[in-house]
Amino acid sequence: MKQSNDLILRTTTQIIAFMLLGFSVYLFFAGHNAPGGGFIGGLMTSAAIILMYMTYGFEKIEKIIPINFRTLTVTGLLIAVLAGMGSMLFGASFLSHADGYYHLPLIGEKHLATALIFDLGVYLVVVGITLTIILSIATDSEDESNQNVGV
Amino acid sequence: MNNLAILPIILPLLASVIVAFIPSKLNIVRKLSQALMVIFLIIVGYIAWLVYHNGVIVTQGGGWDAPFGISIVADYLSILLVLTTYIIATAAVFYAPHSLSDQQEKFYFYTFYFLLISGVSGAFLTGDLFNLFVFFEVLLMASYGLIVLGNGKAQLRESLKYVLVNLFSSMLFVTTIAFIYSLVGTVNMAHIAERVEAIPAEQQGIITGIGVLLFFVFAVKAAIFPLYYWLPNSYVVPNPVISALFGALLTKIGIYSIFRVYTLIFVHDTAFTHQQLFIWLAIFTMLFGVIGALSTNNVKLIVTYNIIPAIGFILMGIGLYSEDGLAGSVYYLMHDMVVKAALFFLIGALVVAAGTKDLSKMSGVIQRFPLLGWLFFLGTIVLAGVPPFSGFIGKLLLLRGALSQEYFLLTIVALLSSLLILLSMIRIFIRGFWGEKMEGMTNDNRKVHALTIPAVFLLAISIFLGVGAEYVLPYVDTISTYLLDRTEYISAVLKG
Amino acid sequence: MEIIMIVLASILFTTGVYNLLQKQFLRIIIGTALISHGAHLFILTMGKLKRGAPPVEDYGVSNYADPLPQALILTSIVISFGVTSFLLVLAYRTYKLNNTDNMEKLRGLNNE
Repeated sequence: MKQSNDLILRTTTQIIAFMLLGFSVYLFFAGHNAPGGGFIGGLMTSAAIILMYMTYGFEKIEKIIPINFRTLTVTGLLIAVLAGMGSMLFGASFLSHADGYYHLPLIGEKHLATALIFDLGVYLVVVGITLTIILSIATDSEDESNQNVGV
Repeated sequence: MNNLAILPIILPLLASVIVAFIPSKLNIVRKLSQALMVIFLIIVGYIAWLVYHNGVIVTQGGGWDAPFGISIVADYLSILLVLTTYIIATAAVFYAPHSLSDQQEKFYFYTFYFLLISGVSGAFLTGDLFNLFVFFEVLLMASYGLIVLGNGKAQLRESLKYVLVNLFSSMLFVTTIAFIYSLVGTVNMAHIAERVEAIPAEQQGIITGIGVLLFFVFAVKAAIFPLYYWLPNSYVVPNPVISALFGALLTKIGIYSIFRVYTLIFVHDTAFTHQQLFIWLAIFTMLFGVIGALSTNNVKLIVTYNIIPAIGFILMGIGLYSEDGLAGSVYYLMHDMVVKAALFFLIGALVVAAGTKDLSKMSGVIQRFPLLGWLFFLGTIVLAGVPPFSGFIGKLLLLRGALSQEYFLLTIVALLSSLLILLSMIRIFIRGFWGEKMEGMTNDNRKVHALTIPAVFLLAISIFLGVGAEYVLPYVDTISTYLLDRTEYISAVLKG
Repeated sequence: MEIIMIVLASILFTTGVYNLLQKQFLRIIIGTALISHGAHLFILTMGKLKRGAPPVEDYGVSNYADPLPQALILTSIVISFGVTSFLLVLAYRTYKLNNTDNMEKLRGLNNE
């Protein structure tokens, strides 16, 4: 097969994927009291990963990111549910959250909230589901053994 | 803060996540799911006991009081239906391993199953119209996952239609919520009910309009007369255990929502909505559903079509909007959930036993499987409402309500359709079970028996509902007086 | 402003319904996506529009937009995102198995 000439795509992906990933982390941490959050951050991360899949091909990325995205989804769901239930242990009602200002070494004064844990769950679920769905269409070959139907 | 009301939603959600980690270790997953389900059933039973002794339990999510937070309301009606759901689900989890193939079970059956229960309980328990939509979507998502299990040609084809119909009605639901929000500025049901009362009488036409639009949404989910076309085919294609869950739970969510909304919010124009619209639609739903059941030879399709007249009966009670009518509806709703699940289980066993779905090719199954045959007969007469079984009590209450309000046509149609339901079901019994012993029956007696046991459990409960009506009726009467008097719900939510 | 938004939402609804009535899977799915966009815009409009005000009530801020419709829309967007992506996979599998993407050819139960 002829080697396709995708120099521009490769070069820009190197920059853009990192920008996307960095921005998604920012969005994720901003989420608890500013525009952003787990959902939008997760979508942006999956956009970056899909961009990398498109540029470097399925096999290579699978080697670099050896994560089963279905397990990722389930883990995210577990974190989200447990974060919701955690407040019940303290006698507060379901999904209650606590927050406060803490001084962290190196970073400084930061506003931390337990809602972030819930958001982490959402983030993982979104990344997992988006990639599962897109990859299950993209990698579907003629054989019927690979019966991925979504979620 | 009382977190009890949220447990029926959160426990299965947690269980669904746990079993999703080990989808391929089937033995562990099966045993774990069964054990968890029994524990959950006990917990829900305890919550129901608490509600009946100490009154309505309200959980305000996130510590925000209603109407700002998300209210989860375990009142008399909702907790009773949640308990029924858990009973059916427990039977289903014991039925599933024998009915599904290993491949299907491995494809996250138990995850979707627990997610479905979580969504169904959420839809029953939520006190907030928007969250009703969210839980609808949760349970629909789970049902999408379940309906495609197995990946057959016909299955995918019908699932696509099922998903599209549900998606469209969900979008209408969102639109309706937008209307309601613009009108009253809240989505909490108790709060809406309070604010709707404050709207001046000459402007109440708009509320009726919104109410009918909302009814349309729920009617699609509940399969009421002109909107039931999607139901038969999509409920027939999946495995019997999935059909049982769908038939027993999904359409009932739709009718429960109508129950909730039309006894709490849209009660200012009962002359039009309840007494005209609902009664006429109930008449047509009963008739057309039962005609569908008589029109086919596919045994599973017969039972599936029988879901529709049952919805008609329940709608009839809401339309009557009287003490007898509502009590009859609640009773019938409970009865129908249990007995429909049992019948789907038995039909699944019958199809395995006879090796075909076609009634014209079946005969003499009772000679090999007497237990299955007699249980099926029992299920049939319970469904049709032969005294002293549970269908009879529900219908008696409904018909008494209809006659006392002088709906003679409704009474006649209801009686006629009960007769036709009996005919359509007894046809299976006479032609499938009696007669010459057929060729090609399965040799796998153990499998058929394993499939019969969960149905025994459900039928026992449904017989208790009928024979033990003395113990059940006081509760049902409590519910109907509670529903007619909206103040208790409103004050429980807004001040709880 | 509200009028423009309502007209826009209604255009989305009509094009969505038009697409929903087509025969090809992909058009139908686009139709459902358009309808959900219409519904979301509609919620936003029904929550009363306000320009230049964030949906955050902070100390000393008197001009803020109603946050509830925005929360509702966000939830609804997430849900329709999930359902649409599921629908795409489902449509793809159906196409693969049935060898057609024409709804006309996927009618009824032929006694299977």
